[in-house]
Amino acid sequence: MTKWGMVIDLNKCTGCGACVNACRIENNIPNVGPEAAHNGRSMDWMQIVTEYDGEYPDIRITHIPLLCFQCDNAPCTKVCPVHATYQNSDGLVGQVYYRCIGCRFCMAACPYSAKKFNYAEPDVPEEYENHLNPDVTRRMKGVVEKCSFCHHRLAHAKDLARYEDRDLRESDFQPACVESCPADAMVFGDLENPDHTVHDLKDSSRVFRLEEELGTEPKVYYLKKEDK
Amino acid sequence: MDDLRHDPDYTLFRPILEKDRRFLWMVSVLVGLIGWSIYMYMRQWKYGLSVTGLNNNVTWGFYIINFVFFIGVSHAGTLISAILRLSQAEWRRPITRMAEVITAIVLMIGGIHPIIDLGRPDRLMNVFYYGRLQSPLLWDVTAITTYFTASTVYLYVPMIPDIALLRDRTTKFRWLYKFLSWGYRGTERQKHILERAMSILMVLVIPVAVSVHTVISYIFSMTLQSGWHSTIFGPYFVTGAIYSGTATLLVVMIAFRKMYHLENYLKEIHFRYMSILLLVFSLLWTYFTFSEFLTGVYGNEPMEMMVIRFKLTGAYAPYFWSMVTLNFLIPLIVLTNKKLKTIKGILITSIGVIIGMWLERLIIIVPSLTNTRLPLVVQTYIPSLTEWSLFIGGISIFCLMFLIFSKVFPLISIWEIKDGRAEGLEEAKGRLESYLPDQTLAEGRVQ
Repeated sequence: MTKWGMVIDLNKCTGCGACVNACRIENNIPNVGPEAAHNGRSMDWMQIVTEYDGEYPDIRITHIPLLCFQCDNAPCTKVCPVHATYQNSDGLVGQVYYRCIGCRFCMAACPYSAKKFNYAEPDVPEEYENHLNPDVTRRMKGVVEKCSFCHHRLAHAKDLARYEDRDLRESDFQPACVESCPADAMVFGDLENPDHTVHDLKDSSRVFRLEEELGTEPKVYYLKKEDK
Repeated sequence: MDDLRHDPDYTLFRPILEKDRRFLWMVSVLVGLIGWSIYMYMRQWKYGLSVTGLNNNVTWGFYIINFVFFIGVSHAGTLISAILRLSQAEWRRPITRMAEVITAIVLMIGGIHPIIDLGRPDRLMNVFYYGRLQSPLLWDVTAITTYFTASTVYLYVPMIPDIALLRDRTTKFRWLYKFLSWGYRGTERQKHILERAMSILMVLVIPVAVSVHTVISYIFSMTLQSGWHSTIFGPYFVTGAIYSGTATLLVVMIAFRKMYHLENYLKEIHFRYMSILLLVFSLLWTYFTFSEFLTGVYGNEPMEMMVIRFKLTGAYAPYFWSMVTLNFLIPLIVLTNKKLKTIKGILITSIGVIIGMWLERLIIIVPSLTNTRLPLVVQTYIPSLTEWSLFIGGISIFCLMFLIFSKVFPLISIWEIKDGRAEGLEEAKGRLESYLPDQTLAEGRVQ
C-alpha cells in the first residue's frame, strides 16, 4: 500500500508563492475577482500563512504553505451525507464534484479550513478557455472543492509505469506545487517506501504536523524553522 | 345556524363562521412578504450562494441558524401538549391545540431551511440515492421526517371530534369537514378508540421530539471544531428548544386571545401556569449555559478559549450579553415579581426570550467558524439582504398558515372544553379523593 505524503521544510520556504500559482494553473482554479476575494471567497487550494514572532527589529518570519493534508482519519469524509468526499484507494481524500450537494458540512468539519466552496459559477474569460488543463475537471457553482495532491498526475504516472512494465518511481508522480518550488522546500513521495526521500525526512527530529493532537493523521509534515 | 348562537362556546366557532376584514388585510401583507422572499430565493437559485454573506470559513450562516431556531420553536407544541396531557393537568384543555399547530407549521418551515442552504438544491435527491447513514445530516433527515409525521398525526387525531362537530353544525367547508372527520359520530366505541390512539401518540411523540433536537445538536458536536465539540450539546439544545417553544406558545396565545376575544378561555391562570414553565426552562437553560462556559474557561484550552473570548469580550460580546439579559435576567425579574407578572409583562418577556434564543443559535454557530484553528485571515460574516428576506419570509409563512388554520379549524379544542365541563370536574374530584388518605382507615388507627 502506498501512502502519498509531503514534507515541507519551513527553513527553506521563502514564501515566494510559486506553489500557489502553479496550483492555480494546474488545477484550473478560477479567479474570483477582487471583491469576492476580499469577502473571503478566494478559491486557491493552496495558501501561505505568514507568522511573525518577536518585536521589531528582531522579527522572525515563518511562512507556512497550507493545502489539504489528505488526512488518514479525515473529519470531512465522515460527515459527508452523499459520499461526495471520500478516501480513495490511493489513500487520498477525493471530491466528487458531480455528486456534491453543497451542504458544506465537510467545510465546517475540516479543522484546517482546507476546503473551498464555489459561491458563484466560475468565471473563466474566453481567452483562458484554450489554456485550461484538460486533465482536471472544471467545477460548477454550488460544490465544494479542495487540493487533490494533483491526483490526475498520479493516474498518468500509473499508466506510464504499467506501459513500461515497472514500479512507480518517486520522480513519476510529483504535484505541481512541489515541482515548482524554487527553494526545494517541498518534498513529495511515498511515506512508506524507504527509497523515497520523504520516508526518512518524516522521521527527522524537526518534524511536526499541524493540530496533530486531533488524531486526524495528516499526511503533510512540516520541518520546524530553526534559528541559524 | 341558529342553535349554534346559543351554544356556550360560540366564541370558539366565531372565527370560522364570521367574515373578518382584518384577516384579509393581514393575509395580503403576509402573501406580499412571502412573494418577495420567493423572488429572493429564485435569485439565489440562479446566482448561487454568492448572494449571501457567507465565505469560505463562515460557511454556515442565517439559514442554519434559522433551521436550528425554527426546529427549536417547534418543540413547544407537541412536547408541551403531550406532557400536559400525560400528567392530566386539567388546565391544558384550551392550550394543547395551539401548541400542536405551532409544531406542525414551524417544523415544516424549519425543515425547508437546510434545502435553502444547499449549494445544489437540484441534487437534493442524492441524499436518497447515495445517502450515508454515518453522516449526522442523514440522522437529521430521518429524525425530522419522523417527527413531522408524528406531530401532524398528533395534531390531527385530537381534532377529529371537532371536525365532526363542524360538519354537523355549520355549512361552510362541508366537503372538507366531511372528508377529514372520517365518519366520526361520537359513539362510545369511537371515543374509546380515539382516546386510546391519543394516549399511544403522546407517549410516542415525547422520545421522538427529544431525539430530533439532540440530533440537530449532533451536526455541531460531531465535528472537532472548538466550541462545538461538546457532550452537553444534546440536552442543551433540547432545553433551549423547549424554552423558545414555550415563549412562542405564550406569544401566540396572547395574540389570538386579543384577536378572537378568547379572554373567557385563556384566563390569567393559564398564563400564570405557563409562565412558571417558562421560568423553569429559563433557569435550566442558564444552568446549562453556565456549565458549558465554566468548563471551557476553567480548562483554559487555547482553542476553546479563543472562541469563548470572542463570545464574552470580543466581537460577539454585545450579542452574548443581550442573550444573557433576555434569556436569564428579564425572565427572572419579571416572572418572579407579582406586580410585573401581568399578561403584558409575560408577552414582553416571551418576545425577549424568542429573540434571545435566536441570538443563542447565532452565538453557537458563527464564532466557532470565525475562529479557525489555523491562524487564517477570516472575514466577518454579515448577512445579506437575501438572508434577511428569507428569514422574514419564514416568519410570514408561520403567521399566514396560523391565520388560515384559525379560519378553518377551531384554535381551542371545543370537545375537550365541553368534556372538561361534563366529565372533567367529577373526574378531577374523584382523582383528588383517591390521592388523599382513606378516611375510615385513618379513623380506625386513632382508636
